[in-house]
Amino acid sequence: MATQASRIRLSPGYRPNPTTILGVVFVALILVWLIVNLVKTPSEFYNLVLIGVTNGAVYGLIALGYSLVYGILELINFAHGDVFMLGGMLVATMTASFGLKGEGDLVLWGGILAMLLITMAFCAGINTTIEIVAYKRLRNAPRLAPLITAIGMSFILQNIGLVWKGARPTSVDSILPRGEIFSIGGVAYTWNRFIVLVFTVPVLLALIWLVQRTRPGKAMRATAQDRDAAAMMGINVNQTISFTFFIAGALAGAAGLLFALYTTNVHFTTGFRVGLIAFTAAVLGGIGNLPGAVLGALIIGLIESFNNGLGWVTPGSDWTTSIIFGILIVILVVRPEGLLGERTPEGA
Amino acid sequence: MRRPNLTFDREAFVRESRPRLVKGLIAAAVGFFLITVLSGATLTLILAVIIGLALYVPAWDRVPFGKYVVTGTVIALAVLYPFYQPDMFEIPIFGSFPSVDTAVTMLIFIMMALGLNIVVGYAGLLDLGYVAFYAMGAYTAAWFASPHFSESIKSFHFGAVGVNESSGGIHVSIWIVLIVAAIFTAFIGVLIGLPTLRLRGDYLAIVTLGFGEIMPQIALNGDNLFNTGFNLTNGPQGINPIDPPGFGTTLENALGLPESYLAPGDNAFWLFDSSLELYFWTALGLVLFTAFCSMRLRDSRLGRAWIAIREDETAAAAMGVPLMRTKTWAYAAGAFFGGIAGAYYASFKSGTFPADFYFNISVFILCMVILGGMGNIWGVIVGGGFLADLNQEGLGNIGAWINERFSTGSAEWVEVFKEPIDVPLYQFGIFGVILVLVMLFKPEGLIPSSRRKAEFEEGVHDEPLVTK
Repeated sequence: MATQASRIRLSPGYRPNPTTILGVVFVALILVWLIVNLVKTPSEFYNLVLIGVTNGAVYGLIALGYSLVYGILELINFAHGDVFMLGGMLVATMTASFGLKGEGDLVLWGGILAMLLITMAFCAGINTTIEIVAYKRLRNAPRLAPLITAIGMSFILQNIGLVWKGARPTSVDSILPRGEIFSIGGVAYTWNRFIVLVFTVPVLLALIWLVQRTRPGKAMRATAQDRDAAAMMGINVNQTISFTFFIAGALAGAAGLLFALYTTNVHFTTGFRVGLIAFTAAVLGGIGNLPGAVLGALIIGLIESFNNGLGWVTPGSDWTTSIIFGILIVILVVRPEGLLGERTPEGA
Repeated sequence: MRRPNLTFDREAFVRESRPRLVKGLIAAAVGFFLITVLSGATLTLILAVIIGLALYVPAWDRVPFGKYVVTGTVIALAVLYPFYQPDMFEIPIFGSFPSVDTAVTMLIFIMMALGLNIVVGYAGLLDLGYVAFYAMGAYTAAWFASPHFSESIKSFHFGAVGVNESSGGIHVSIWIVLIVAAIFTAFIGVLIGLPTLRLRGDYLAIVTLGFGEIMPQIALNGDNLFNTGFNLTNGPQGINPIDPPGFGTTLENALGLPESYLAPGDNAFWLFDSSLELYFWTALGLVLFTAFCSMRLRDSRLGRAWIAIREDETAAAAMGVPLMRTKTWAYAAGAFFGGIAGAYYASFKSGTFPADFYFNISVFILCMVILGGMGNIWGVIVGGGFLADLNQEGLGNIGAWINERFSTGSAEWVEVFKEPIDVPLYQFGIFGVILVLVMLFKPEGLIPSSRRKAEFEEGVHDEPLVTK
């Protein structure tokens, strides 16, 4: 009795559970780690922040695709990362055949913009086709059936990439200008990194506008909430789902372009690797939650670049995948609704 | 489980056999004709047709003890396989029957598929990281039966045979290692399962995928864990050689059992003189053990609880099935067989390498279960054998067949391809196609269990239960 009474007195309103305490301690340790590294090697730190944000932006575009599809179908679209990879391969082909390297500014920017549109349309087309061919028949099947189909589609797309570009990594012409924009502490922020943000931010704003302000967006939100009720309200559910896959594919296409131009390298397994990172980001932010996907992607991008680059007590790039999957597992076990997601009655 | 019927119901026997006689004869005629035209007839083809008809046509269920006839014949045929394999006929396109070497690998993969079948087929939990259990088994064998730890531990021998007495490191008899690996892997399965099995189906799949991806990375980077210099897994080179199984000189002299599988001694029983055949029969024994355990587990109280959870988690919980405990047991059982298979495979290949444990292999094993028919032991055995053979020899043979007829240079029929295609390169694309086609057109698999089929046709209530 005495212990109970004292416990009540110690924490009158809020009683943190052990997982929360562990989480707080863990975040505090990470902050200490970051601050020590910042003090030791400031310029490297800034550089890694820039790399992390750039990668995070690309991951964000892909993560949004996972999140959109999950929100509407509750399906983890495994093939999404491979759609992104095929987009990157298309960019590799286009940069080589358009001969944009060394062109003047206007032609270069026009070319990149045209490639962006082509790649987005290409990936949107692939994603919609996949939905119609592979997932549509399985709307009412047990939940694992479409998931297994998605894994199968992922392998098929990887092999299309393999047939298309071969087993070796394909290099993409480096056409982005590398001039300096500004520098912090001796670290230059160059154009080829900035361009990723230049393209990502408008795409994100357009997406938010689409989902929040337009009729198709409203239909998407309604279908995500309750498919049957949406159908009763006169929404064409199948069309809305196809449209969601179309948008998700377009985002993957944009990510494919930026990734290919920025890393100048595409491989048929890139989609699987990057796709899983982006999926982790979507889960971290709260799957089905669009701002969450972007937040999660930025965090994952930063974690990845810090782990690859920082010097003081860092596991190093050998362990990056393990750390990202560790985060995925911990989040799913401890807080399946993610950072920004809401706890739904269905649990997760 | 049905008891063997002891009376001969003549009427039912005739009634059930007659339609099969027609179907069987038509199928046999068509098959015989195609094979004869495409790759020529041999005596073994005729024998195979006769045995096939004898097993298929009569309603053996109606004959006293008849249900053992089919199983017994199949087991006998499997045991005798090394003796008649060289004389077997050619299958068109797929090429010759798998060699004994391939057959061992097929059996090991069948065993893994049977283990995964417990998790996916019986309990309905999608496990995308089954390769982690296989890796645990393989590395357990590598730690306890190889010279790997010769630097830290001078020499520890326990029942190891066929190993030089002076060889450093830990050498425990493979038979003991198999048991240790099974128990250790089952324990890991419980450890992974306890925190994660609360999650809903697709989230669980992702978590298992995460574990499956972390495991090869630990194997890859485990040669210098945390910069302490401790070499756990020997990194990308992997650990080899791993000791072969065997029975030692004493047992060889007394009972005629081979001293070591790699070098059976002179005193061994005359049948036990080829190491591949020894590996084959042991693998077959392990598969039979796994199949027997799967069958008995399925019919046990635990197995019925798994199936109840698969069909409707909420109803099962309401009927008093403890969800967490039942699911954890499914994980442990699946991991148990995966561990044995992994350890035996490591001993067969005499090595274990991190590149063997990627996500692809998990999907490959999953593909076996799904193709054959989730939840049905016969289906999983057929699916596993077929896909493992495709992976080892089949795709190469198919590629050779295609290139011989359709590729420039040697085209016998029509020139379609400008250069020879490397079919095995696209193996995972082919497995992807199989997954998608099966899921779209026959989601219950090629040889489904009747119960699973009904679930897919009538739909199951797999909405999640709030367990948080």
